[in-house]
Amino acid sequence: MPLGGVIFIVIFIALFGAFLVWLAANITGTKPVYNPVKYEPYECGIPGIEKKETKISVKYYLTAILFILFDIEIIFMYPWAISFREFISTGGGAFVFISMMVFIAIFIFGLFWEVKSKALEWD
Amino acid sequence: MGMGKDIFEITVNGLKLVVIFLMMVQMVPILVWLERRGSAFIQDRLGPNRVGPLGLMQLLADAVKFLTKENFVPDTAKPFLYYAAPVFALIPGAVAFSAIPMSSPIQVGTFEMFGSTWGPYTFLVQGYEIGVGIVFILGVSSLAAYTLLMAGWGSGNKYTLMGALRASAQTISYELALGLSIVGVIMLYGTFNLTEMTLAQQGPLSFTFLGNNVTASWLPNWGIFYQPLAAILFFSAAFAESNRLPFDLAEGESELVGGFHTEYGGFKFNMFFIGEYGHMMIASGLMVLFFFGGYTIPYVSVAELNEWAASVTSTAGKASALVALIHFLAFNVKFAFFMWVFIWVRWTLPRFRYDQLMDLGWKTMLPWALANTIITAFVIYIASL
Repeated sequence: MPLGGVIFIVIFIALFGAFLVWLAANITGTKPVYNPVKYEPYECGIPGIEKKETKISVKYYLTAILFILFDIEIIFMYPWAISFREFISTGGGAFVFISMMVFIAIFIFGLFWEVKSKALEWD
Repeated sequence: MGMGKDIFEITVNGLKLVVIFLMMVQMVPILVWLERRGSAFIQDRLGPNRVGPLGLMQLLADAVKFLTKENFVPDTAKPFLYYAAPVFALIPGAVAFSAIPMSSPIQVGTFEMFGSTWGPYTFLVQGYEIGVGIVFILGVSSLAAYTLLMAGWGSGNKYTLMGALRASAQTISYELALGLSIVGVIMLYGTFNLTEMTLAQQGPLSFTFLGNNVTASWLPNWGIFYQPLAAILFFSAAFAESNRLPFDLAEGESELVGGFHTEYGGFKFNMFFIGEYGHMMIASGLMVLFFFGGYTIPYVSVAELNEWAASVTSTAGKASALVALIHFLAFNVKFAFFMWVFIWVRWTLPRFRYDQLMDLGWKTMLPWALANTIITAFVIYIASL
């Protein structure tokens, strides 16, 4: 079942709708009156002292990298899961089952190693 | 399945997409009203009850207020990202929601119109049917992580940036548990197609185990009885994915003001709001499809319902329309229940601390989802020997 042009039509409709919404917000919304304080970034009512490029914890980067590793491993399981029953009915069940268990064992080892090396500790 | 062969079919399918999009958007004010009334009753208050009957007109008043707010960009913001983020919050939700099958297809026989013969047609009660339904919905709806970063980075404010980083780290962490919890479900049904999954859950509970047919006529044949752990994990992860309490660290008023959308107001804020509710709708819809029989009626198989509908109506077209209506109502009852659970939980549980949240995702839910996968694979392998 090909996606064909359907998705593009949907995205087009959504973009068009979003454009209409944006247009509506611009037309119906009252025009802002310029006031330097209003255009400052929000800071609980006092003048901002910190630059907007705040330093951020490297933990977030680490989390993102770990996510990519694990997510790709999970994506590998999808085609396996969908054809598992077919493999069983054609007699290849044991091989497919054992090879996936080996894969999951590596997955678990990776997770265990991450926990051990305190990559997932937040303080 | 494309848009169709002739102009009538293309028009109907095109209109259907618009109607489903509007349905999703229009459900949001009703859910907001339900949330405010529900929270009020949970907290022994009355909630909005002044504007119109039962406070229902409050929705219109809110919409007008959102529309007439002034529309400005802060000086430090990056205008393109600042404007694009709310749009990105809305589109993936709408595109993914359209792929959820809400009822059985409607058959339209041949008929005469404008001097020519049209039909026969089959119209699906969903935006479009996709063979890889689950993968498509999960893939498209996880684009929400980009929205968070676009809004947080584009606003040029440290609160929004911190809120966005927290929220996206949370979203991607729970995506692992979400993705892994349905591996067992895919194994169970052996398909990615959501309609096939729904049809696999009709009738009373019955399965083959070690060559014996096991039947329990007092239970419906729902996925939750095969995959209870997956259902719990999936629903919890869905809470985190849609940034709802108890996982709404993205907002965390006491620390981050409003989180990634601190700098937004008026209609742009409203679009974030619709996006959040859209993700709740997708999660509820998938919950119904995977674990609670989709649009089928418990205990009754689709064939039995078709037979009954054919006996009370005159044509095949009318019978299919009646069946579709009953299925649509059945889907919506289940769907509304899970939407209510989302609201109920929000006003019952307190918020997590950030380290607790990450620990729950990585050290509790991910191992349990793995265990579920291993056990399911083992049982399926043993059972079909």
